[in-house]
Amino acid sequence: MRSLACLTLVVAFWLGAVLAPGQGARADDFAGLARGQFEAIAGGVATLAASGDPQAESVLHALEQRRLFFTPSGGLFIRQGEVYRDARTGQPVSPVPDMIAPVRLNNRVRKALVAAWAERDLSSPLVAKRLGAAEALYHRPDPAMLPAIGRVLSGEKDRAVRSALVRARAATILEQAPAPDQVAARLEAVASLRAAGGLEARGILASVAASASEDAGVRAAARAAVSRIDWTLRVWGVLQNAFYGLSYGSVLLLAATGLAITFGVMGVINMAHGEMMMIGAYVTWMVQQGIRMTVPGLEPIALLIAIPVSFVVCAAFGVLIERGLIRFLYGRPLETLLATWGLSLILQQAVRSVFGPTNIAVETPSWLSGSFALGGMEITLNRLGILVFAFLVLGGLMLVLRRTALGLEMRAVTQNRRMAALMGIRTPRVDAMAFGLGAGLAGLAGVAVSQIDNVSPNLGQSYIIDSFMVVVFGGVGNLWGTLAAAMALGMGGKVLEPTIGAVSAKIAILVLVILYIQRHPRGMFPVRGRGIES
Amino acid sequence: MSAFSATMGRPFSGAARTAIVVVAVAVAVALASLLPEGNPLHVSAFVVSLSGKYLAYAMLALAVDLVWGFAGILTLGHAAFFALGGYAMGMYLMREIGARGVYGNANLPDFMIFLSWNRLPWYWWGSDHWAWALLLVFAVPGLLAGLFGWLAFRSRVSGVYLSIITQALTYALMLAFFQNGLGFGGNNGLTDFKDILGADLHAASTRAMLLVVTAVALAGALLAARFVVGGRFGHLLIAVRDAESRTRFLGYRPEQVKLLVWVFSAMIAGLGGALYVTQVGIINPGEFAPANSIESVIWVAVGGRGTLSGAVLGAVLVNFGKTLFTAWLPAFWLYGLGLLFVVTTLFLPNGLMGLRRPVRALPAAEVTPEVSNVEGGEA
Amino acid sequence: MSDILPSFSRRTFGRLALASSAAALASGWRPGDALAAAPGGEPIKVGILHSLSGTMAISETTLKDVMLMLIAEQNRKGGLLGRPLQPVVVDPASNWPLFAEKARQLLSVDKVAAAFGCWTSVSRKSVLPVFEELNGILFYPVQYEGQECSRNIFYTGAAPNQQAIPAVDYLLSEDGGGARRFALVGTDYVYPRTTNQILANYLRFKGIRDEDVMVNYTPFGQSDWQTIVSQIKAFGSTGKKTAVVSTINGDANVPFYKELGNQGISATDIPVMAFSVGEEELAGMDTRPLVGQLAAWNYFESIRTPANEAFIREWHAFTKNPKRTTNDPMEAHYIGFNMWVQAVTKAGTTDHDKVIDAMVGIRQPNLTGGIAQMLPDHHLTKPVYIGEIQEDGQFSVVWKTPDLVPGQAWSPWVPETKNLIGDWTKPIACGNYDTVTKACLGKTHA
Repeated sequence: MRSLACLTLVVAFWLGAVLAPGQGARADDFAGLARGQFEAIAGGVATLAASGDPQAESVLHALEQRRLFFTPSGGLFIRQGEVYRDARTGQPVSPVPDMIAPVRLNNRVRKALVAAWAERDLSSPLVAKRLGAAEALYHRPDPAMLPAIGRVLSGEKDRAVRSALVRARAATILEQAPAPDQVAARLEAVASLRAAGGLEARGILASVAASASEDAGVRAAARAAVSRIDWTLRVWGVLQNAFYGLSYGSVLLLAATGLAITFGVMGVINMAHGEMMMIGAYVTWMVQQGIRMTVPGLEPIALLIAIPVSFVVCAAFGVLIERGLIRFLYGRPLETLLATWGLSLILQQAVRSVFGPTNIAVETPSWLSGSFALGGMEITLNRLGILVFAFLVLGGLMLVLRRTALGLEMRAVTQNRRMAALMGIRTPRVDAMAFGLGAGLAGLAGVAVSQIDNVSPNLGQSYIIDSFMVVVFGGVGNLWGTLAAAMALGMGGKVLEPTIGAVSAKIAILVLVILYIQRHPRGMFPVRGRGIES
Repeated sequence: MSAFSATMGRPFSGAARTAIVVVAVAVAVALASLLPEGNPLHVSAFVVSLSGKYLAYAMLALAVDLVWGFAGILTLGHAAFFALGGYAMGMYLMREIGARGVYGNANLPDFMIFLSWNRLPWYWWGSDHWAWALLLVFAVPGLLAGLFGWLAFRSRVSGVYLSIITQALTYALMLAFFQNGLGFGGNNGLTDFKDILGADLHAASTRAMLLVVTAVALAGALLAARFVVGGRFGHLLIAVRDAESRTRFLGYRPEQVKLLVWVFSAMIAGLGGALYVTQVGIINPGEFAPANSIESVIWVAVGGRGTLSGAVLGAVLVNFGKTLFTAWLPAFWLYGLGLLFVVTTLFLPNGLMGLRRPVRALPAAEVTPEVSNVEGGEA
Repeated sequence: MSDILPSFSRRTFGRLALASSAAALASGWRPGDALAAAPGGEPIKVGILHSLSGTMAISETTLKDVMLMLIAEQNRKGGLLGRPLQPVVVDPASNWPLFAEKARQLLSVDKVAAAFGCWTSVSRKSVLPVFEELNGILFYPVQYEGQECSRNIFYTGAAPNQQAIPAVDYLLSEDGGGARRFALVGTDYVYPRTTNQILANYLRFKGIRDEDVMVNYTPFGQSDWQTIVSQIKAFGSTGKKTAVVSTINGDANVPFYKELGNQGISATDIPVMAFSVGEEELAGMDTRPLVGQLAAWNYFESIRTPANEAFIREWHAFTKNPKRTTNDPMEAHYIGFNMWVQAVTKAGTTDHDKVIDAMVGIRQPNLTGGIAQMLPDHHLTKPVYIGEIQEDGQFSVVWKTPDLVPGQAWSPWVPETKNLIGDWTKPIACGNYDTVTKACLGKTHA
């Protein structure tokens, strides 16, 4: 790889020297960048990074940020605001040269940049940078870096960096063509990769095991290592799948808790529940935009601010809907279903008219982006965040139901509406509060969903059926049932998905739930009380 | 019970009149469409196929009304039976295309060639015979409804629970039919039909004929429905709707009553779907969408649940409105549809038919949940 | 409504409703669409058949707007044949049978001279029999799977050979990362299926072994991509350079890219080449983690030509929103509409047959350079660009085909259609003409 790059570089240089138009074209370490072809630019990045020129770093940064410009005569300029500086000297130039054009950037050039940064960072005093460099060299082995890796490794104190370097060295050794005198080194490399494990190591080892030019002993070792890693990967794969299932289940849980409240307490099917989620997501967006315009400093925590705001907005909507519509339909649950469906159409179209039909971009704060490795598992932060959030919401809801007067009244109404009314509980008020609470919870779900899904007027539609299935499957009026059902459906879906595909998994789950409900019409955890409407 | 018997006589006599009106109007429109273009009475092919579509929807509405209005089962998945009937007919029409598809293969529909299949899957066998297609139109929805209903009613799944699982059923079917591997054309469904029984589907005379056939089928369904809900069985049905437990205690088997009307209703929906496909020219998984089923419920609600003519009236009116508003006020018609749901449920509990005779008993089961509490024991 | 109704008997009401419906429909009612200041004379009606509600509104509403803009502009320029153009907007509501109904309404009630519309393949399939039966003209502006060639449809979007094949060529090239392993990920419907079938054959021809090609289909609106992204990751970690070719449909892209970003797959590791992600879709995403991901189109908003800059300026003025993006299907409508205007002018009439015949050979400059020409198979010549996503939600073009690529209705990479061509000029006048047997598989046009 590296040698190839060098070769192309030489060719590029030669071409550059021969073909560079105009006068003053300079064949120095910068020249490769002042070109139109990605190949030449990528080569130029490597040359410049290796040159140790004091300007190199700022030039490469400028390239990365698309601030680097060139002229056909070989001039290179960095734009800073309105000022152009000569890349070689750092001096401002004026007037701005003619025919100036940005140096183009693509994935090939970006890869060259990554390699350049890795080379530089390997000798950085900062542990994090060295670690990053070692990881980069592991993912993209570069035989030319082998001596440098060895040098750094001999003086490295940090354990994480050491093990990353050992892996990088092993990968680099195996990347080289096999040679008879290298067998011992290669066997050692296979052993370190076997110890490292993971998909990357498996890939390298598999190609070693399959290579015809490889020494038989090394190949056998590699084969053994592959099957060992495969076994570990399978174990981790199961755990990983369990995490996917939990995370999918937590999304279902969030979407369904609000519904469980309204359905459980009032026996009302709120078909506009999904639209409450959608409004929650739009509120999240508005909060983000509002904070960006007013207090940009708070932007990282805009999402946290959006949580209570969404809850309050959606709860207010909920109370409004209950007072304005649902209360006229008491005792007619099926009619309520139709009316709230109509409402959901109106809300969708209203959002479409106000915000436009297209998706809006709700941003994911940096502290919720990316992932970390837990053993052989990859835990994505936004999914983990939603998982934690879902359980916090559920816990909070339990507290409200168990420890507040409203909760007591709601439970009473759930268990026996008429008796509760006779005991002096104002059931209409409880209904309104319960509906508000349910809508508010939907708003919270909307905040969470905005981090993983589209935010468009159609958002609610995609969750409504799943939420109903969760509530019915779990047993109406029982939050533990809702929890169990959400997790069961999430896990079930994810267990089936790798073998039969996403669509069939979804169909299978739906059919299983339908059959289950037909055996157990009241779900997994039926509430035993006299007042539950059938 | 006296309130019921007062209301029960009326819808049935209305049904016969509606049947006659439907057929008469359809025949008139069909004849008018055959007049030469310049004739002032001429109606365009657009009106003919539109009317045919409305009438097919009316059959779906009638089916929904039978189970919702008379048996108290709010179905949110009846479009599934409608679509299955449509697919059964679509298979036949697909085979009628023969070698006139884009790939010119006489045995395989285009989409199978596109999937690189080289022979017909077994469930397509015989689909080139119209009689087999007709059988499937009734049998497939009927069998599915029978299986589903047998399981559901036996376990006494009712009310909103039943509504939700019917919705899940149609949703699962929609996902299944979206899959190309299932062998029904995936997302594109079945389309580009040419002939029916050897007659060119695009000819004015075929269209006119299809409209009349649809009208006659609707009239037949109306009369059959009237026969089912009239008489002893009808009383039983109302009894099951309004007080299921009491009926059971009297020694009847409510689940059998429900199952019977449920299967019958699914077959009507299937026939409606089959006639629908011949006139709109496409059947695809979108027809299974839960929203379609819910919309068909609102047709019944607008027309007046529990009256057979009301279902027909509601379906025709709402769809006519939809045609108008999707052209006039494209950006706003969803508001209209949404409002229709809200206004109907709030102010017209008995639909337009209820306006004629404002005093009508509400279905008791929903006014007094206590009644159902009694039967709320373990299933 | 409830005040008036009781005074009718049910029968009168029913009859009234039916009668009024027939009368209203037969007389061709229309609300007054605002006509821009334009010359007098009987207006020429132009149908716009795009969903304004339902799931597809997200993509199609923009196309309705761009058509209104183009028509208004033409009216400012003096209309067509000295007559004003009148847009007829209908809403098929993302409902495929309704597409067919609305198409019939446009053709037989409104008698439009041409219609511009549809996005999904199924909507096109649904209206195709109607346009053929009533001999209408439809301009279809979206990239699609090909394998179709109707005399009554002009395909102004890309055929697979104008998008998919060049895109894979780029991925195979050194500049594109030299991929040797491909994950073909798509939504389960006809466009991804056909495209992937074509690509699989093409990759085999290019020496990619079957085990190095992974195909995966997901339902519409898939939102949980965890499993699939981790499968892609595992697929891509065998040491060979891997690329993803995505035919994932609009809405499912956002969660897909989010999951890619979160699982740490960057464009420098495993590039994703998308065929259905344009500027409009990116407007709804946080593009920072997507930098470097690829898309193949025939138009990018970021391409700087005077024509494109003028078009964007006009679009911003028309929508009164300086942030509204432009995209490839909009350009397709721009080209299609201007070609139709030219053809009508050339034919001197809006008569459908005469216009269809006049269309072939019409040339219209693209917004991004080069000339689009209407080919005998009703497809266009188009430039193909590969763009990389940038932080600002725009694409930067990293590659383009050296020449314009003529669209092929039938793919030579599918065994069943490798001998087929479409040619609607005489003497062939056939949409599916077998060049080996010299026979027309469908109907020829007399």
